[in-house]
Amino acid sequence: MIIPLDQRRADVETVTVKLEARRVGIRYRRQRTGDELVAVDGVDLIVSQGEFVSIVGPSGCGKTTFLNAVDGLIPIASGSLLLDDRDITAPGPDRAMVFQQPSLLPWRTVMGNVIYGIEMQHRAGRESREIAKRLIDLVGLGGFAESWPSELSGGMQQRVNLARALATDPELLLLDEPFAALDAQTRETMQQELTRIWGETRKTAIFITHDIAEAVYLADRVIVFTARPGRVKLDIKIELPRPRDLRLKREVEFVAYERTIWETIREEVIRSETLRTRAVA
Amino acid sequence: MALQGMGQADPYGPVATPAEPEWLAGKPADARTGESRFHSYESKLIGLAAVIIFLAVWQGVGVIRAVWPEGISLGPLFFVAPTQLFLPTPVEIGQAFGTYARDPKFVKDVLTSGQELSYGYLLAAALAIPLGLLMGWYARFRYALDPFVTFLYATPRIVLLPLLIIWFGIGVESKVAVVFLGAFFAMIINTTAGVRNLDVNLIKVARSFGASDLQLFRTVALPGSVPFILTGLRLGIGHALTGVVVGEAVAAQFGVGQMMFVAGATFQSSKVFAGLVLIAGAGMLMTFTLQWLERRFDAWRPRPN
Repeated sequence: MIIPLDQRRADVETVTVKLEARRVGIRYRRQRTGDELVAVDGVDLIVSQGEFVSIVGPSGCGKTTFLNAVDGLIPIASGSLLLDDRDITAPGPDRAMVFQQPSLLPWRTVMGNVIYGIEMQHRAGRESREIAKRLIDLVGLGGFAESWPSELSGGMQQRVNLARALATDPELLLLDEPFAALDAQTRETMQQELTRIWGETRKTAIFITHDIAEAVYLADRVIVFTARPGRVKLDIKIELPRPRDLRLKREVEFVAYERTIWETIREEVIRSETLRTRAVA
Repeated sequence: MALQGMGQADPYGPVATPAEPEWLAGKPADARTGESRFHSYESKLIGLAAVIIFLAVWQGVGVIRAVWPEGISLGPLFFVAPTQLFLPTPVEIGQAFGTYARDPKFVKDVLTSGQELSYGYLLAAALAIPLGLLMGWYARFRYALDPFVTFLYATPRIVLLPLLIIWFGIGVESKVAVVFLGAFFAMIINTTAGVRNLDVNLIKVARSFGASDLQLFRTVALPGSVPFILTGLRLGIGHALTGVVVGEAVAAQFGVGQMMFVAGATFQSSKVFAGLVLIAGAGMLMTFTLQWLERRFDAWRPRPN
Protein backbone atom coordinates (compact mmCIF):
# COMPACT_ATOMS: atom_id res chain seq x y z
CA MET A 1 0.00 0.00 0.00
CA ILE A 2 2.82 2.40 0.83
CA ILE A 3 4.34 3.72 -2.35
CA PRO A 4 7.53 5.76 -2.00
CA LEU A 5 6.71 9.40 -2.45
CA ASP A 6 9.20 9.98 -5.24
CA GLN A 7 7.69 7.22 -7.31
CA ARG A 8 4.22 8.55 -6.72
CA ARG A 9 5.37 11.96 -7.82
CA ALA A 10 6.70 10.33 -11.00
CA ASP A 11 3.26 8.88 -11.73
CA VAL A 12 1.63 12.25 -11.88
CA GLU A 13 4.49 14.07 -13.56
CA THR A 14 2.64 14.05 -16.86
CA VAL A 15 -0.01 16.41 -15.49
CA THR A 16 0.61 19.61 -13.59
CA VAL A 17 0.85 19.22 -9.84
CA LYS A 18 -1.41 21.74 -8.11
CA LEU A 19 -1.07 20.88 -4.46
CA GLU A 20 1.73 18.93 -2.88
CA ALA A 21 1.67 17.94 0.78
CA ARG A 22 4.80 16.26 2.12
CA ARG A 23 4.85 14.82 5.64
CA VAL A 24 2.50 17.53 6.81
CA GLY A 25 2.00 17.68 10.56
CA ILE A 26 -0.47 20.01 12.27
CA ARG A 27 -0.76 20.56 16.01
CA TYR A 28 -3.05 22.74 17.98
CA ARG A 29 -3.50 23.66 21.59
CA ARG A 30 -6.83 22.96 23.15
CA GLN A 31 -8.23 26.19 24.56
CA ARG A 32 -9.71 24.74 27.72
CA THR A 33 -7.16 22.17 28.87
CA GLY A 34 -4.12 23.76 27.29
CA ASP A 35 -2.66 20.42 26.17
CA GLU A 36 -1.33 20.03 22.69
CA LEU A 37 -3.08 17.82 20.20
CA VAL A 38 -1.57 16.30 17.07
CA ALA A 39 -4.39 16.58 14.56
CA VAL A 40 -2.53 15.48 11.46
CA ASP A 41 0.81 13.70 11.26
CA GLY A 42 2.74 12.96 8.10
CA VAL A 43 0.16 13.56 5.39
CA ASP A 44 1.50 12.93 1.89
CA LEU A 45 -0.85 14.00 -0.85
CA ILE A 46 -0.58 15.22 -4.38
CA VAL A 47 -3.49 16.83 -6.18
CA SER A 48 -3.13 17.45 -9.91
CA GLN A 49 -4.53 20.29 -11.94
CA GLY A 50 -8.23 19.82 -12.64
CA GLU A 51 -8.61 16.89 -10.30
CA PHE A 52 -11.51 16.42 -7.87
CA VAL A 53 -10.27 14.75 -4.70
CA SER A 54 -12.50 13.68 -1.82
CA ILE A 55 -11.09 13.10 1.65
CA VAL A 56 -12.99 10.81 4.02
CA GLY A 57 -12.09 9.43 7.41
CA PRO A 58 -13.39 8.75 10.90
CA SER A 59 -14.65 11.66 12.98
CA GLY A 60 -11.93 13.84 14.40
CA CYS A 61 -9.25 12.50 12.06
CA GLY A 62 -8.06 15.97 11.12
CA LYS A 63 -9.62 16.23 7.64
CA THR A 64 -11.01 19.69 8.29
CA THR A 65 -7.82 20.77 10.05
CA PHE A 66 -5.85 19.73 6.99
CA LEU A 67 -8.20 21.66 4.71
CA ASN A 68 -7.89 24.75 6.91
CA ALA A 69 -4.11 24.49 6.58
CA VAL A 70 -4.42 24.29 2.79
CA ASP A 71 -6.58 27.40 2.91
CA GLY A 72 -3.87 29.06 5.00
CA LEU A 73 -6.10 29.66 8.02
CA ILE A 74 -3.85 27.62 10.34
CA PRO A 75 -0.08 26.99 10.13
CA ILE A 76 1.50 23.58 9.71
CA ALA A 77 3.93 22.34 12.35
CA SER A 78 6.11 20.15 10.15
CA GLY A 79 6.60 19.00 6.57
CA SER A 80 5.75 21.17 3.60
CA LEU A 81 2.57 22.24 1.91
CA LEU A 82 3.04 23.61 -1.58
CA LEU A 83 0.55 25.15 -3.94
CA ASP A 84 2.02 25.62 -7.42
CA ASP A 85 5.43 24.99 -5.81
CA ARG A 86 5.03 27.85 -3.36
CA ASP A 87 4.65 27.44 0.40
CA ILE A 88 1.19 28.11 1.79
CA THR A 89 1.51 30.64 4.60
CA ALA A 90 -1.73 32.61 4.50
CA PRO A 91 -5.07 32.64 2.70
CA GLY A 92 -4.74 33.78 -0.88
CA PRO A 93 -6.85 34.57 -3.92
CA ASP A 94 -5.73 31.29 -5.53
CA ARG A 95 -7.88 29.35 -3.05
CA ALA A 96 -11.47 29.62 -1.92
CA MET A 97 -13.33 27.71 0.73
CA VAL A 98 -16.92 26.52 0.77
CA PHE A 99 -17.74 26.24 4.45
CA GLN A 100 -19.78 23.62 6.24
CA GLN A 101 -22.12 26.33 7.52
CA PRO A 102 -23.40 28.67 4.78
CA SER A 103 -21.92 31.57 6.82
CA LEU A 104 -23.47 34.24 4.63
CA LEU A 105 -23.40 37.85 5.75
CA PRO A 106 -27.07 38.28 6.76
CA TRP A 107 -27.00 42.01 5.98
CA ARG A 108 -25.96 41.45 2.38
CA THR A 109 -28.20 40.22 -0.39
CA VAL A 110 -27.32 37.10 -2.38
CA MET A 111 -25.54 39.38 -4.86
CA GLY A 112 -23.66 41.17 -2.08
CA ASN A 113 -22.54 37.87 -0.63
CA VAL A 114 -21.37 36.45 -3.93
CA ILE A 115 -19.18 39.47 -4.66
CA TYR A 116 -17.88 39.54 -1.08
CA GLY A 117 -14.76 37.52 -1.84
CA ILE A 118 -13.86 39.62 -4.88
CA GLU A 119 -14.33 42.73 -2.77
CA MET A 120 -12.03 41.47 -0.02
CA GLN A 121 -9.36 40.77 -2.63
CA HIS A 122 -9.65 44.34 -3.93
CA ARG A 123 -10.64 43.09 -7.33
CA ALA A 124 -14.18 44.39 -7.36
CA GLY A 125 -14.87 46.33 -10.51
CA ARG A 126 -17.61 47.05 -12.94
CA GLU A 127 -17.54 43.48 -14.25
CA SER A 128 -17.75 41.77 -10.82
CA ARG A 129 -21.52 42.12 -10.70
CA GLU A 130 -21.66 40.46 -14.11
CA ILE A 131 -19.47 37.60 -12.87
CA ALA A 132 -21.63 37.25 -9.78
CA LYS A 133 -24.79 37.29 -11.87
CA ARG A 134 -23.46 34.45 -14.02
CA LEU A 135 -22.51 32.39 -10.96
CA ILE A 136 -25.87 32.97 -9.29
CA ASP A 137 -27.44 31.58 -12.47
CA LEU A 138 -24.92 28.73 -12.56
CA VAL A 139 -25.81 27.57 -9.05
CA GLY A 140 -29.50 27.73 -9.98
CA LEU A 141 -30.49 30.85 -8.06
CA GLY A 142 -31.41 33.06 -10.99
CA GLY A 143 -34.04 35.55 -9.77
CA PHE A 144 -32.82 35.47 -6.18
CA ALA A 145 -29.92 37.92 -6.55
CA GLU A 146 -31.65 40.57 -4.46
CA SER A 147 -33.03 38.20 -1.80
CA TRP A 148 -31.72 38.26 1.77
CA PRO A 149 -30.10 35.06 3.09
CA SER A 150 -32.85 34.78 5.71
CA GLU A 151 -35.35 34.31 2.87
CA LEU A 152 -33.50 31.27 1.50
CA SER A 153 -33.68 27.60 2.48
CA GLY A 154 -30.59 25.78 3.74
CA GLY A 155 -29.90 24.28 0.33
CA MET A 156 -30.19 27.65 -1.38
CA GLN A 157 -27.84 29.21 1.17
CA GLN A 158 -25.26 26.53 0.42
CA ARG A 159 -25.58 27.36 -3.28
CA VAL A 160 -24.72 30.97 -2.43
CA ASN A 161 -21.78 29.73 -0.33
CA LEU A 162 -20.54 27.82 -3.40
CA ALA A 163 -21.11 30.75 -5.77
CA ARG A 164 -19.20 33.06 -3.41
CA ALA A 165 -16.19 30.73 -3.53
CA LEU A 166 -16.36 30.36 -7.31
CA ALA A 167 -16.67 34.14 -7.79
CA THR A 168 -13.05 34.72 -6.84
CA ASP A 169 -12.10 32.34 -9.66
CA PRO A 170 -9.76 30.27 -7.46
CA GLU A 171 -7.18 27.80 -8.72
CA LEU A 172 -8.13 25.43 -5.94
CA LEU A 173 -11.63 24.99 -4.52
CA LEU A 174 -11.83 23.71 -0.96
CA LEU A 175 -15.12 22.24 0.24
CA ASP A 176 -15.53 21.41 3.92
CA GLU A 177 -18.51 19.05 4.27
CA PRO A 178 -20.71 21.61 2.53
CA PHE A 179 -23.76 19.35 2.41
CA ALA A 180 -23.51 17.84 5.90
CA ALA A 181 -26.23 20.03 7.38
CA LEU A 182 -28.75 19.40 4.59
CA ASP A 183 -31.55 16.87 4.56
CA ALA A 184 -30.94 13.66 2.61
CA GLN A 185 -32.85 14.66 -0.51
CA THR A 186 -31.55 18.20 -0.82
CA ARG A 187 -28.13 16.73 -0.26
CA GLU A 188 -28.42 14.36 -3.23
CA THR A 189 -29.68 17.15 -5.45
CA MET A 190 -26.77 19.31 -4.35
CA GLN A 191 -24.29 16.52 -5.09
CA GLN A 192 -25.66 16.30 -8.57
CA GLU A 193 -25.57 20.06 -8.92
CA LEU A 194 -21.96 20.12 -7.79
CA THR A 195 -20.89 17.56 -10.42
CA ARG A 196 -22.65 19.66 -13.04
CA ILE A 197 -21.05 22.92 -11.87
CA TRP A 198 -17.67 21.26 -11.53
CA GLY A 199 -18.09 19.89 -15.03
CA GLU A 200 -18.53 23.44 -16.30
CA THR A 201 -15.70 25.03 -14.32
CA ARG A 202 -13.18 22.14 -13.99
CA LYS A 203 -11.63 23.66 -10.90
CA THR A 204 -9.14 21.61 -8.95
CA ALA A 205 -11.14 20.66 -5.87
CA ILE A 206 -10.65 19.06 -2.47
CA PHE A 207 -13.88 17.89 -0.89
CA ILE A 208 -14.11 16.81 2.74
CA THR A 209 -16.99 14.56 3.74
CA HIS A 210 -18.21 11.88 6.12
CA ASP A 211 -20.41 10.38 3.47
CA ILE A 212 -18.63 7.65 1.49
CA ALA A 213 -21.18 7.55 -1.33
CA GLU A 214 -20.89 11.32 -1.69
CA ALA A 215 -17.09 11.07 -1.83
CA VAL A 216 -17.15 8.38 -4.54
CA TYR A 217 -19.90 10.02 -6.55
CA LEU A 218 -18.13 13.38 -6.77
CA ALA A 219 -14.45 12.53 -6.98
CA ASP A 220 -11.76 11.39 -9.37
CA ARG A 221 -9.87 10.12 -6.35
CA VAL A 222 -10.86 9.30 -2.80
CA ILE A 223 -8.37 9.66 0.04
CA VAL A 224 -9.06 7.87 3.31
CA PHE A 225 -7.47 9.34 6.44
CA THR A 226 -6.51 7.24 9.44
CA ALA A 227 -7.89 7.99 12.90
CA ARG A 228 -6.14 10.84 14.71
CA PRO A 229 -3.45 11.75 14.13
CA GLY A 230 -4.64 11.74 10.52
CA ARG A 231 -2.49 10.28 7.77
CA VAL A 232 -3.32 8.98 4.30
CA LYS A 233 -4.39 5.36 4.63
CA LEU A 234 -5.91 4.73 1.23
CA ASP A 235 -5.66 6.59 -2.06
CA ILE A 236 -8.09 5.16 -4.58
CA LYS A 237 -8.82 6.32 -8.12
CA ILE A 238 -12.50 6.37 -9.03
CA GLU A 239 -12.69 5.20 -12.63
CA LEU A 240 -16.33 5.96 -13.28
CA PRO A 241 -17.45 7.79 -16.40
CA ARG A 242 -18.56 11.42 -16.34
CA PRO A 243 -20.97 13.14 -16.48
CA ARG A 244 -22.42 11.18 -13.58
CA ASP A 245 -26.02 11.17 -12.52
CA LEU A 246 -27.43 9.86 -9.27
CA ARG A 247 -28.42 6.48 -10.77
CA LEU A 248 -24.73 5.67 -10.72
CA LYS A 249 -24.98 5.18 -6.97
CA ARG A 250 -26.87 1.93 -7.58
CA GLU A 251 -24.31 0.48 -10.04
CA VAL A 252 -22.12 -2.48 -9.10
CA GLU A 253 -18.80 -0.68 -9.65
CA PHE A 254 -19.95 2.21 -7.50
CA VAL A 255 -20.98 -0.08 -4.67
CA ALA A 256 -17.65 -1.90 -4.91
CA TYR A 257 -15.74 1.37 -4.40
CA GLU A 258 -18.01 2.26 -1.56
CA ARG A 259 -17.41 -1.07 0.09
CA THR A 260 -13.61 -0.90 -0.18
CA ILE A 261 -13.60 2.55 1.40
CA TRP A 262 -16.11 1.56 4.04
CA GLU A 263 -13.95 -1.42 5.09
CA THR A 264 -10.90 0.81 5.34
CA ILE A 265 -12.68 3.37 7.49
CA ARG A 266 -14.20 0.67 9.67
CA GLU A 267 -10.77 -0.68 10.49
CA GLU A 268 -9.76 2.80 11.55
CA VAL A 269 -12.83 3.38 13.65
CA ILE A 270 -12.27 0.07 15.47
CA ARG A 271 -8.58 0.86 15.93
CA SER A 272 -9.27 4.31 17.34
CA GLU A 273 -11.90 2.95 19.70
CA THR A 274 -9.50 0.26 20.96
CA LEU A 275 -6.89 2.95 21.53
CA ARG A 276 -9.37 5.07 23.43
CA THR A 277 -10.52 2.15 25.58
CA ARG A 278 -6.91 1.27 26.35
CA ALA A 279 -6.18 4.87 27.24
CA VAL A 280 -9.11 4.92 29.65
CA ALA A 281 -8.11 1.59 31.25
CA MET B 1 -39.74 9.53 -8.47
CA ALA B 2 -40.35 13.16 -7.47
CA LEU B 3 -38.50 13.20 -4.16
CA GLN B 4 -38.71 16.95 -3.70
CA GLY B 5 -42.47 17.09 -3.98
CA MET B 6 -44.63 18.51 -6.70
CA GLY B 7 -43.17 20.38 -9.59
CA GLN B 8 -39.62 19.15 -9.10
CA ALA B 9 -37.40 17.50 -11.69
CA ASP B 10 -36.59 13.85 -11.16
CA PRO B 11 -33.53 14.03 -8.88
CA TYR B 12 -32.12 10.91 -10.52
CA GLY B 13 -32.27 12.42 -13.96
CA PRO B 14 -29.47 14.37 -15.60
CA VAL B 15 -31.33 17.69 -15.56
CA ALA B 16 -30.51 19.92 -12.64
CA THR B 17 -33.00 22.32 -11.09
CA PRO B 18 -32.99 24.10 -7.74
CA ALA B 19 -34.14 21.78 -4.98
CA GLU B 20 -36.19 24.47 -3.32
CA PRO B 21 -39.96 24.19 -3.01
CA GLU B 22 -42.03 26.06 -5.54
CA TRP B 23 -43.69 28.41 -3.08
CA LEU B 24 -40.33 30.13 -2.61
CA ALA B 25 -40.02 30.92 -6.28
CA GLY B 26 -40.69 34.47 -7.38
CA LYS B 27 -40.64 37.27 -4.86
CA PRO B 28 -41.53 36.02 -1.40
CA ALA B 29 -40.22 39.25 0.15
CA ASP B 30 -42.87 41.36 -1.53
CA ALA B 31 -45.71 39.19 -0.37
CA ARG B 32 -44.42 39.44 3.21
CA THR B 33 -44.02 43.21 3.08
CA GLY B 34 -47.59 43.59 1.93
CA GLU B 35 -48.84 41.51 4.79
CA SER B 36 -46.82 43.34 7.45
CA ARG B 37 -48.04 46.69 6.07
CA PHE B 38 -51.60 45.63 6.80
CA HIS B 39 -50.57 44.49 10.28
CA SER B 40 -48.85 47.73 11.20
CA TYR B 41 -51.89 49.66 9.93
CA GLU B 42 -54.14 47.57 12.14
CA SER B 43 -51.91 47.96 15.19
CA LYS B 44 -51.81 51.75 14.79
CA LEU B 45 -55.57 51.90 14.49
CA ILE B 46 -56.14 49.91 17.68
CA GLY B 47 -53.52 51.97 19.53
CA LEU B 48 -55.11 55.23 18.45
CA ALA B 49 -58.59 54.06 19.52
CA ALA B 50 -57.27 53.05 22.95
CA VAL B 51 -55.66 56.47 23.47
CA ILE B 52 -58.86 58.26 22.47
CA ILE B 53 -60.93 56.16 24.87
CA PHE B 54 -58.45 56.80 27.67
CA LEU B 55 -58.55 60.58 27.10
CA ALA B 56 -62.34 60.54 26.89
CA VAL B 57 -62.67 58.74 30.24
CA TRP B 58 -60.19 61.15 31.79
CA GLN B 59 -62.11 64.13 30.45
CA GLY B 60 -65.29 62.50 31.79
CA VAL B 61 -63.88 62.97 35.29
CA GLY B 62 -63.87 66.72 34.59
CA VAL B 63 -67.46 66.58 33.42
CA ILE B 64 -68.50 64.88 36.68
CA ARG B 65 -66.61 67.53 38.63
CA ALA B 66 -68.41 70.35 36.75
CA VAL B 67 -71.92 68.85 36.96
CA TRP B 68 -71.77 67.33 40.48
CA PRO B 69 -69.22 69.37 42.41
CA GLU B 70 -70.58 67.89 45.70
CA GLY B 71 -70.16 64.30 44.50
CA ILE B 72 -72.45 61.69 42.98
CA SER B 73 -73.90 58.37 44.13
CA LEU B 74 -73.02 55.53 41.80
CA GLY B 75 -74.99 52.67 43.29
CA PRO B 76 -73.37 51.81 46.62
CA LEU B 77 -70.41 54.12 45.87
CA PHE B 78 -70.19 57.81 46.48
CA PHE B 79 -67.87 59.40 43.95
CA VAL B 80 -66.31 62.83 44.38
CA ALA B 81 -64.44 63.97 41.30
CA PRO B 82 -60.85 65.03 42.11
CA THR B 83 -60.14 68.74 42.06
CA GLN B 84 -58.23 70.44 39.30
CA LEU B 85 -55.23 70.70 41.63
CA PHE B 86 -55.26 66.94 42.17
CA LEU B 87 -56.03 65.77 38.63
CA PRO B 88 -56.47 68.35 35.85
CA THR B 89 -58.40 67.15 32.79
CA PRO B 90 -56.85 66.89 29.31
CA VAL B 91 -58.60 70.11 28.27
CA GLU B 92 -57.21 71.97 31.31
CA ILE B 93 -53.76 70.62 30.55
CA GLY B 94 -54.17 71.84 26.99
CA GLN B 95 -55.14 75.30 28.21
CA ALA B 96 -52.19 75.41 30.61
CA PHE B 97 -49.93 74.35 27.75
CA GLY B 98 -51.34 77.15 25.58
CA THR B 99 -50.72 79.75 28.30
CA TYR B 100 -47.21 78.43 28.90
CA ALA B 101 -46.45 78.38 25.18
CA ARG B 102 -47.21 82.14 24.98
CA ASP B 103 -44.98 82.85 27.98
CA PRO B 104 -41.58 84.23 26.81
CA LYS B 105 -39.91 81.76 29.20
CA PHE B 106 -41.30 78.85 27.13
CA VAL B 107 -38.85 79.28 24.24
CA LYS B 108 -35.96 79.72 26.65
CA ASP B 109 -36.96 76.58 28.60
CA VAL B 110 -37.40 74.42 25.53
CA LEU B 111 -34.15 75.62 23.97
CA THR B 112 -32.21 75.07 27.19
CA SER B 113 -33.55 71.57 27.77
CA GLY B 114 -33.22 70.71 24.08
CA GLN B 115 -29.62 71.85 24.13
CA GLU B 116 -28.82 69.82 27.26
CA LEU B 117 -30.52 66.74 25.87
CA SER B 118 -29.09 66.85 22.35
CA TYR B 119 -25.53 67.83 23.32
CA GLY B 120 -25.35 65.24 26.09
CA TYR B 121 -26.96 62.48 24.08
CA LEU B 122 -25.05 63.04 20.85
CA LEU B 123 -21.76 63.41 22.68
CA ALA B 124 -22.47 60.14 24.50
CA ALA B 125 -23.22 58.37 21.20
CA ALA B 126 -20.20 59.88 19.49
CA LEU B 127 -17.87 58.58 22.19
CA ALA B 128 -19.63 55.39 23.32
CA ILE B 129 -19.96 53.78 19.88
CA PRO B 130 -16.29 53.97 18.84
CA LEU B 131 -15.08 53.13 22.36
CA GLY B 132 -17.52 50.23 22.58
CA LEU B 133 -16.38 48.91 19.22
CA LEU B 134 -12.76 49.10 20.36
CA MET B 135 -13.59 47.42 23.67
CA GLY B 136 -15.34 44.61 21.85
CA TRP B 137 -12.55 44.18 19.33
CA TYR B 138 -9.45 44.50 21.55
CA ALA B 139 -9.63 42.32 24.65
CA ARG B 140 -6.79 44.18 26.41
CA PHE B 141 -8.52 47.52 25.91
CA ARG B 142 -11.65 45.97 27.38
CA TYR B 143 -9.73 44.60 30.39
CA ALA B 144 -8.43 48.11 31.05
CA LEU B 145 -11.78 49.92 30.79
CA ASP B 146 -13.99 47.22 32.30
CA PRO B 147 -13.56 48.24 35.97
CA PHE B 148 -14.50 51.86 35.22
CA VAL B 149 -17.48 50.98 33.07
CA THR B 150 -18.75 48.44 35.60
CA PHE B 151 -18.30 50.84 38.51
CA LEU B 152 -20.08 53.74 36.83
CA TYR B 153 -22.80 51.60 35.27
CA ALA B 154 -23.69 50.15 38.65
CA THR B 155 -23.86 53.64 40.19
CA PRO B 156 -26.93 55.80 39.42
CA ARG B 157 -25.14 58.70 37.70
CA ILE B 158 -27.63 61.13 39.18
CA VAL B 159 -25.74 60.87 42.47
CA LEU B 160 -22.84 62.60 40.73
CA LEU B 161 -24.96 65.74 40.29
CA PRO B 162 -23.62 67.59 43.36
CA LEU B 163 -20.10 67.10 42.01
CA LEU B 164 -21.08 68.01 38.46
CA ILE B 165 -22.65 71.24 39.70
CA ILE B 166 -19.46 72.10 41.58
CA TRP B 167 -17.41 71.35 38.47
CA PHE B 168 -19.66 72.81 35.79
CA GLY B 169 -21.93 75.27 37.60
CA ILE B 170 -25.72 75.50 37.41
CA GLY B 171 -25.83 76.36 33.69
CA VAL B 172 -26.30 74.10 30.71
CA GLU B 173 -22.90 72.41 31.13
CA SER B 174 -23.68 70.43 34.30
CA LYS B 175 -26.87 69.08 32.70
CA VAL B 176 -25.06 68.14 29.51
CA ALA B 177 -22.64 66.25 31.72
CA VAL B 178 -25.35 64.37 33.59
CA VAL B 179 -27.21 63.52 30.38
CA PHE B 180 -23.94 62.33 28.87
CA LEU B 181 -23.14 60.13 31.85
CA GLY B 182 -26.66 58.77 31.89
CA ALA B 183 -26.77 57.73 28.24
CA PHE B 184 -23.11 56.80 27.74
CA PHE B 185 -22.99 53.51 29.65
CA ALA B 186 -26.03 51.86 28.15
CA MET B 187 -24.55 52.68 24.74
CA ILE B 188 -21.00 51.49 25.41
CA ILE B 189 -22.06 48.25 27.10
CA ASN B 190 -24.40 47.31 24.27
CA THR B 191 -21.91 48.21 21.55
CA THR B 192 -19.24 46.08 23.23
CA ALA B 193 -21.67 43.19 23.51
CA GLY B 194 -22.48 43.57 19.81
CA VAL B 195 -18.87 43.08 18.76
CA ARG B 196 -18.36 40.22 21.18
CA ASN B 197 -21.42 38.40 19.88
CA LEU B 198 -20.23 38.31 16.29
CA ASP B 199 -20.59 35.02 14.46
CA VAL B 200 -17.11 33.44 14.44
CA ASN B 201 -17.97 31.68 11.19
CA LEU B 202 -18.33 35.03 9.46
CA ILE B 203 -14.93 36.12 10.74
CA LYS B 204 -13.47 32.88 9.39
CA VAL B 205 -15.06 33.53 5.98
CA ALA B 206 -13.59 37.03 5.87
CA ARG B 207 -10.16 35.73 6.85
CA SER B 208 -10.37 32.97 4.30
CA PHE B 209 -10.97 35.54 1.56
CA GLY B 210 -7.89 37.39 2.78
CA ALA B 211 -9.71 40.30 4.42
CA SER B 212 -7.50 42.79 6.24
CA ASP B 213 -8.31 43.84 9.81
CA LEU B 214 -9.91 47.00 8.51
CA GLN B 215 -12.03 45.15 5.94
CA LEU B 216 -13.05 42.61 8.57
CA PHE B 217 -14.10 45.45 10.84
CA ARG B 218 -15.99 47.32 8.14
CA THR B 219 -17.77 44.36 6.56
CA VAL B 220 -18.37 42.05 9.54
CA ALA B 221 -17.85 43.69 12.94
CA LEU B 222 -19.58 46.99 12.26
CA PRO B 223 -22.73 45.74 10.48
CA GLY B 224 -22.93 42.81 12.91
CA SER B 225 -22.98 45.19 15.87
CA VAL B 226 -25.61 47.56 14.48
CA PRO B 227 -28.61 45.89 16.15
CA PHE B 228 -26.83 46.07 19.52
CA ILE B 229 -25.75 49.67 18.97
CA LEU B 230 -29.35 50.64 18.20
CA THR B 231 -30.52 48.92 21.39
CA GLY B 232 -27.95 50.91 23.34
CA LEU B 233 -29.11 54.13 21.72
CA ARG B 234 -32.71 53.34 22.57
CA LEU B 235 -31.92 52.56 26.23
CA GLY B 236 -29.88 55.76 26.35
CA ILE B 237 -32.96 57.89 25.60
CA GLY B 238 -34.62 57.13 28.93
CA HIS B 239 -31.42 57.77 30.88
CA ALA B 240 -30.84 61.04 29.01
CA LEU B 241 -34.34 62.37 29.72
CA THR B 242 -34.03 61.46 33.40
CA GLY B 243 -30.76 63.38 33.44
CA VAL B 244 -32.35 66.52 31.99
CA VAL B 245 -35.33 66.62 34.34
CA VAL B 246 -33.55 65.67 37.55
CA GLY B 247 -30.56 67.83 36.72
CA GLU B 248 -32.77 70.88 36.24
CA ALA B 249 -34.73 70.04 39.37
CA VAL B 250 -31.59 70.20 41.47
CA ALA B 251 -30.18 73.44 40.12
CA ALA B 252 -31.13 75.44 37.05
CA GLN B 253 -32.46 78.80 35.91
CA PHE B 254 -34.25 77.60 32.80
CA GLY B 255 -35.50 74.38 31.34
CA VAL B 256 -38.64 72.27 31.04
CA GLY B 257 -37.65 70.24 34.08
CA GLN B 258 -36.96 73.38 36.12
CA MET B 259 -40.34 74.77 35.07
CA MET B 260 -42.07 71.53 36.13
CA PHE B 261 -40.56 71.55 39.60
CA VAL B 262 -41.35 75.23 40.12
CA ALA B 263 -44.94 74.60 38.93
CA GLY B 264 -45.19 71.57 41.24
CA ALA B 265 -43.97 73.57 44.23
CA THR B 266 -46.59 76.25 43.49
CA PHE B 267 -49.43 73.74 43.01
CA GLN B 268 -49.93 74.35 39.28
CA SER B 269 -50.62 70.70 38.39
CA SER B 270 -51.83 71.52 34.88
CA LYS B 271 -48.50 73.15 34.13
CA VAL B 272 -46.62 70.13 35.50
CA PHE B 273 -48.61 67.99 33.09
CA ALA B 274 -47.81 70.41 30.25
CA GLY B 275 -44.09 69.85 30.99
CA LEU B 276 -44.67 66.12 31.07
CA VAL B 277 -46.19 66.31 27.59
CA LEU B 278 -43.06 68.07 26.34
CA ILE B 279 -40.69 65.54 27.92
CA ALA B 280 -42.72 62.58 26.66
CA GLY B 281 -42.89 64.21 23.21
CA ALA B 282 -39.10 64.52 23.10
CA GLY B 283 -38.69 60.89 24.14
CA MET B 284 -41.16 59.67 21.51
CA LEU B 285 -39.56 61.77 18.80
CA MET B 286 -36.17 60.26 19.60
CA THR B 287 -37.59 56.74 19.73
CA PHE B 288 -39.33 57.16 16.36
CA THR B 289 -36.14 58.48 14.81
CA LEU B 290 -34.30 55.42 16.07
CA GLN B 291 -37.01 53.09 14.82
CA TRP B 292 -36.69 54.70 11.42
CA LEU B 293 -32.91 54.17 11.56
CA GLU B 294 -33.47 50.58 12.63
CA ARG B 295 -35.70 49.89 9.65
CA ARG B 296 -33.11 51.49 7.42
CA PHE B 297 -30.25 49.29 8.74
CA ASP B 298 -32.17 46.14 9.57
CA ALA B 299 -33.95 45.51 6.27
CA TRP B 300 -32.23 42.13 6.11
CA ARG B 301 -33.67 40.92 9.41
CA PRO B 302 -36.58 38.52 9.11
CA ARG B 303 -39.57 40.28 10.68
CA PRO B 304 -42.14 38.52 12.84
CA ASN B 305 -45.63 39.54 11.77
